[in-house]
Amino acid sequence: MSAHDTSAAHAPADAHDAHGAEPHGSLRGYMIGFILSVILTAIPFWLVMTGALGSTTATAFAIMGLAVVQIVVHMVYFLHMNFRTEGGWSMLALVFTLILVVIMLAGSMWVMYHLNTNMMPGAHDMRQML
Amino acid sequence: MTEQPTIAPSFLFGRFTLEAIPYHEPILVATFIAVAIGGIAVLGAISYFRLWGYLWKEWFTSVDHKRIGIMYMVLGIIMLLRGFADAIMMRLQQALAFGGSEGYLPAHHYDQVFTAHGVIMIFFVAMPLVTGLMNYVVPLQIGARDVSFPFLNNFSFWMTVSGAILVMTSLFIGEFAQTGWLAYPPLSGIAYSPNVGVDYYIWALQIAGVGTTLSGINLICTIVKMRCPGMTMMKMPVFTWTSLCTNVLIVATFPILTATLALLTADRYLGTNFFTNDLGGNPMMYVNLIWIWGHPEVYILILPAFGIFSEVTSAFSGKRLFGYTSMVYATVVITILSYLVWLHHFFTMGSGASVNSFFGITTMIISIPTGAKMFNWLFTMYRGRIRFELPMMYTIAFMLTFVIGGMTGVLLAVPPADFVLHNSLFLIAHFHNVIIGGVVFGLFAGIAFWWPKAFGFRLDPFWGKMSFWFWVVGFYVAFMPLYVLGLMGVTRRLRVFDDPSLHIWFIIAAFGAFLIALGIASFLIQIAVSIKNRDKLRDTTGDPWDARTLEWATSSPPPDYNFAFTPVVHDLDAWWDMKHRGAARPLTGFRPIHMPRNSGTGPILAAISFVLGFALIWYIWWLAALAFVALLGTAIAHTFNYNRDFDIPADVIARTEEARTKLLAAQVNA
Amino acid sequence: MSSAATPASDAPVFFDLNEHPHPEGHSTSLGFWIYLMSDCLIFAVLFATFAVLSGSFAAGPGPRELFELPLVALNTSMLLLSSITYGFAMLTMEKDRVAATQAWLAITALFGIAFLSIELYEFHHLIAEGATPQRSAFLSAFFVLVGTHGLHVTFGTIWLFTLMVQVKQRGLVPGNKRRLMCLSMFWHFLDVVWIGVFTFVYLMGVLR
Repeated sequence: MSAHDTSAAHAPADAHDAHGAEPHGSLRGYMIGFILSVILTAIPFWLVMTGALGSTTATAFAIMGLAVVQIVVHMVYFLHMNFRTEGGWSMLALVFTLILVVIMLAGSMWVMYHLNTNMMPGAHDMRQML
Repeated sequence: MTEQPTIAPSFLFGRFTLEAIPYHEPILVATFIAVAIGGIAVLGAISYFRLWGYLWKEWFTSVDHKRIGIMYMVLGIIMLLRGFADAIMMRLQQALAFGGSEGYLPAHHYDQVFTAHGVIMIFFVAMPLVTGLMNYVVPLQIGARDVSFPFLNNFSFWMTVSGAILVMTSLFIGEFAQTGWLAYPPLSGIAYSPNVGVDYYIWALQIAGVGTTLSGINLICTIVKMRCPGMTMMKMPVFTWTSLCTNVLIVATFPILTATLALLTADRYLGTNFFTNDLGGNPMMYVNLIWIWGHPEVYILILPAFGIFSEVTSAFSGKRLFGYTSMVYATVVITILSYLVWLHHFFTMGSGASVNSFFGITTMIISIPTGAKMFNWLFTMYRGRIRFELPMMYTIAFMLTFVIGGMTGVLLAVPPADFVLHNSLFLIAHFHNVIIGGVVFGLFAGIAFWWPKAFGFRLDPFWGKMSFWFWVVGFYVAFMPLYVLGLMGVTRRLRVFDDPSLHIWFIIAAFGAFLIALGIASFLIQIAVSIKNRDKLRDTTGDPWDARTLEWATSSPPPDYNFAFTPVVHDLDAWWDMKHRGAARPLTGFRPIHMPRNSGTGPILAAISFVLGFALIWYIWWLAALAFVALLGTAIAHTFNYNRDFDIPADVIARTEEARTKLLAAQVNA
Repeated sequence: MSSAATPASDAPVFFDLNEHPHPEGHSTSLGFWIYLMSDCLIFAVLFATFAVLSGSFAAGPGPRELFELPLVALNTSMLLLSSITYGFAMLTMEKDRVAATQAWLAITALFGIAFLSIELYEFHHLIAEGATPQRSAFLSAFFVLVGTHGLHVTFGTIWLFTLMVQVKQRGLVPGNKRRLMCLSMFWHFLDVVWIGVFTFVYLMGVLR
């Protein structure tokens, strides 16, 4: 066994794997992604423009759910995300970023809601906010 | 002057008039004269010795991670002098301004001094020094020949320089921000800071921030993709691990700073209402966002220091690091937890009990992994054969000092206690306690540890120890009084004092700052003396400390290509393993090595960025437009260059390695 | 000599004597992906700011009065079409068909420009109605969030034209393929961000 073979067996992020796992799309993949995206875009617009669901809350949750599904569709069919690209580092980076986005969005809204409620003129009783 | 007449900006010069040059402030005029004389002396010397061509070809345009690392260190040390000058001016002002005295700094000047001190120390001292060490050491530690994107590395460095020069420019043309280092609105808004100070702050940080973010991406890719064969994640040296986590934090937080400052910029330049007092704006949102960046930032600084201490402790104790796995996990846990504590910087600003408790608890939790590390270092030293060289001395000073700083931090994490101590000198003492005791001591340990690798000779131990004792003693004398003052209720950033009982503490603190000044002077003398005595301090082995990781496997200084043959790693302490299992350097069979070519585009882009920033600060719109187009054009033109690499021929490598073989043989015979 | 010279023995190998250099651009796609993640956080800040300030109308106009969903739907379809045409460009690129790749890239650029034009029209319309970025915090957040996305599309388009010139000059060499792949990620990433924009800014805005 030559030194290089040893290295290929051990190297965690060897160039060869990376090259093999470069994202490749297929016509079929792109078309599936496109059709799904069109549907997933059309439904929320239709829901909001016609008010088909009646309740505002239900519509809000529906369009948010559809947005999440459409983001996943784009990630899979257009950005070719999977657990193998770059030995999983791409997916790790994505998951880490999504965690931070959630922390930032949820945290900011929670914190700022508290500050707004407590510091607004008239809201003197801080015990209301727990 | 405070009251600049608000005249309509002219087309040609924007807001700039001759009034903007502070020739009426004697301190600044004297500083300017000193800087001008010094600058002319340096430039004259470079011209006299005909070094411009050499510097441009071999250093400024270099894409070698080692040279870029050294340039980062030089930048950091120069800016340390500026940042420290600000510090000692503040200490002097506060020691003088008692009993009806106004001190010697007018409010307008004093406010700029404390702002500049914070901004410079964090962004242009600590960041370049940390980035410089990572740049120098990480590729060597992982057995790589350079970073993933060598040109980008050069560009990142020059963007940092560009930001630093912009801050320095504010000293002599116009003014700097008077807002404190994070420039909270509404004070930093256009209504309360109509002059150029905050704009200098914004554009300096934005330009430097581009460099920082790109260098973060670069080092992550380097660590992920360029480790030598056999180096699995759990065989990476601890410093590489902490560098990886630091760069992850950089890439995942500096965009937040960029975006937040961009919103402030929009408020100031476009009249939007994000952080204004009226039309629905919310200044607290700025505070919220800036600390989502700001808290991870302190871990960006301290994690590499933890890495340095880990390397130093195991090298100078002659032992494998105790609890390597727990060290790695602690680092990763800190990386993630650092995003969950930001609100502890504004407990007092009106959140309810549930919010404050959540962030108080997460803050206390984050001290656990840090504490675990402390025990790892202690157990590494336990029954080790400890050599008290300078890096090890700094490590021990760090362990003592940092624990105190950590404990006062946990104290501040308790929201009710924070209501008393918020914005007090207790807080100032706390964060200087962790930044000086952690980051600065770590950097000095790192510089002393890796200097022989970078230059081939050790640093002079006597002046190193002088510097060490002045720094350590000076730190305690300067900052322990601030804990006392903070507990007595003195808030930060005050310029004059009424209560005479406070005076003595400020005098002691000023004396401490003076001791630190001697520490810095000793450090500079140490470098000068070492260069003078370099032949006596020479190290030809490449491994002067009998250390453990791969950077010591090559010569000091390493050749351009770092390793003639890429090492193959079998063990965590790879070089130790190689030494003890008798790995022999291959002496024949060299192959050409593929290396990146130098490029002048980095410094050019950074220079244009400086012009762009300057034009935007002074509302010189035509120049800004021109600079922007030039920036875009230069960047695009650069992408048309496809010829970016060359091969170092095998016979050049053979000759370089032959010379090293002779040196090593002489070492054995001697 | 090094132990590597006798591979049959059990002696450990400490130096890689037959190494191949890392192929050019081996880190580019990972590096560019990490850059996109950092860009994602810039948008996260803008979304968070919009979320916090989206009710701060300061007695000015709100989303219900301002937003025209048919126009937004049209704009969304432009971006979506540009995504699929970019996909076709990548497919033809992998088959090394230069002319077809260039054609698909040009079509993508046209859709991108159409998107930008519609957005500029919308902004112009809003400002003419008095709904300027200065009018309220809500409008500041709206203009900066949507405008930052538009700015990204603008730079993406400039980049696209640059690449078309480079492909014309040198053909589909590996370096150009790598660049086209990076731009592909950038372009699709902007589409993902737009999903967030039309959902949270426009649709949710009209709902509230």
